Amino acid sequence: MVGIVIVSHSQKLAEDIVDLAHLMAADAPMRAAGGMEDGGFGTSYDKIETAIEDIYTDDGVIVLMDLGSAVMTTEAVLEDLKDDDKLVEMVDCPIVEGAIAASVVASGGASIEDVIEAAKSAREMKKF
Amino acid sequence: MADKAKLLEILDRVIQDMDEQKLFLTELDNVIGDGDHGINMDRGFQAVKKQMPTYADLEVDGILKDVGKQLMKVVGGSAGPLYGSAFKKSGVYLKGKTEITMDDFIGMMDTSIEQIQKLGHAVEGEKTMLDAMIPATRAMKESYAADGDYKKALEAGVAAAEAGVEYTKTIIATKGRASYLGERSIGHQDPGATSFTFMLKDVSELA
Repeated sequence: MVGIVIVSHSQKLAEDIVDLAHLMAADAPMRAAGGMEDGGFGTSYDKIETAIEDIYTDDGVIVLMDLGSAVMTTEAVLEDLKDDDKLVEMVDCPIVEGAIAASVVASGGASIEDVIEAAKSAREMKKF
Repeated sequence: MADKAKLLEILDRVIQDMDEQKLFLTELDNVIGDGDHGINMDRGFQAVKKQMPTYADLEVDGILKDVGKQLMKVVGGSAGPLYGSAFKKSGVYLKGKTEITMDDFIGMMDTSIEQIQKLGHAVEGEKTMLDAMIPATRAMKESYAADGDYKKALEAGVAAAEAGVEYTKTIIATKGRASYLGERSIGHQDPGATSFTFMLKDVSELA
């Protein structure tokens, strides 16, 4: 199954997005990488790297980020992981809607391409 | 321009500087960002300080790579991946060298700018650290090409970086958290451009 990592400046926000997505897709492999090592606001290279490695399988892992340094720190982690030939992709999408859409598709056993597509579709999702 | 001992001396000064300037940089960031730049930079360089004893076994390339790694790991804000990967790439650029010449330093600046632009998707004129880095590098290249005097080139770099910081006061932020403020960001200098200028000054005074 494709894994999903949620990167946010806030530990609580990342954890709750995972919980929220698990309501609909309890089986989806997800990890929160929110806040810094001490739990404060920010993004942690180590937390992101550990979260990806924790749920990594040959099916791959996608990473959804909130903003700013979350995106840049993820990009830096991915650059280093690429040297190990790992299938990890970051997706540009609204983090809550994208997480829910991606987790539902991932828990059905879809390929990483389809999970990325699902996450991206959250960009077009109309609220009303 | 700088052998290993000189590089360590410069690093020591930067560590001290970031500690002294953390409140000032954080204050700048409070106005147009999320108010953590000074604290973050200091946290990063305190981690570097802890690593200093291990640098005895490394050459200039390995030292800069480790500085980048520390910044990337502990800074927490955008400065972490930006400065972190800039230092790391500078270390890679110096691979196998035991001394940094002015030509190397200019090469390191070019690599750093390229890396920061790649990660931050930013160009000159968007109220970021690049508004100090790019003009400073340009000025150093011109000055060094003219007479080969690295001291003068570094001084020209600092002057251009300082002018760059002043310029960031006049423009609207379109990148990072400050971009949410739009026109309200005018009148305030960019914290990243400011922290870069502090570091370049340390290089210029000691190299």
